[in-house]
Amino acid sequence: MTDFDELLDASGLNCPLPILRAKKALASMASGKVLHVIATDPGSVKDFESFARQTGHELMESKEEGNKFQFSIKKA
Amino acid sequence: MEQKKLAIIATKGTLDWAYPPFILASTASALGYETEVFFTFYGLQLLKKDLDLKVTPLGNPGMPMPMGMDKWFPTVLMALPGMEGMITSMMKKKMARKGVASVEELRELCQEAEVRLIACQMTVDLFDLDPASLIDGIDYAGAARFFEFAGESDVCLYI
Repeated sequence: MTDFDELLDASGLNCPLPILRAKKALASMASGKVLHVIATDPGSVKDFESFARQTGHELMESKEEGNKFQFSIKKA
Repeated sequence: MEQKKLAIIATKGTLDWAYPPFILASTASALGYETEVFFTFYGLQLLKKDLDLKVTPLGNPGMPMPMGMDKWFPTVLMALPGMEGMITSMMKKKMARKGVASVEELRELCQEAEVRLIACQMTVDLFDLDPASLIDGIDYAGAARFFEFAGESDVCLYI
């Protein structure tokens, strides 16, 4: 797993909550820091790709492990 | 890059139709959009402090019913007293079970994200709504005010 600075567990939450929580978490982080997000909403895979493209944050990693989706996002 | 703008008109006051404006507005603001929602007619129900939103199976053949009720339950029975309350409560339970946010929660997230919520002054007067019954932090304005923002918007939705 990629190293990260902050962890956000959005398990059990559905669209659009994982994105909203991630945005909030990133807001309090410094540029270049990495947020690791865990989610169970299958829609979050495409959503985090779009989120990264539109906000400029870098989606460093996106993978499925067990029934969980894991994302590493580097703050722009 | 110039900030994108999303303008939404929310016209419906039922539990199911409360979701699209708040989901889209909160998501857009997370994506960096400047967002404004104009609530008019029944949409004003979405600004009440005490939300009492319902969903009705009547005249709504697309609504998936629990336990295959739509197969053996004649539409006319949906008009029975208590039916709306029962269906509403089933829907809310299902949403909570699936991790879908409540309307209250999404509305708070919108306000936290500085989505501008505007109540249509004309409809407030028409329905004799007491502004004290509506949440704080909203503006009251008319169609011209909406167009001032909507005319500059990148996305404009009528819901």
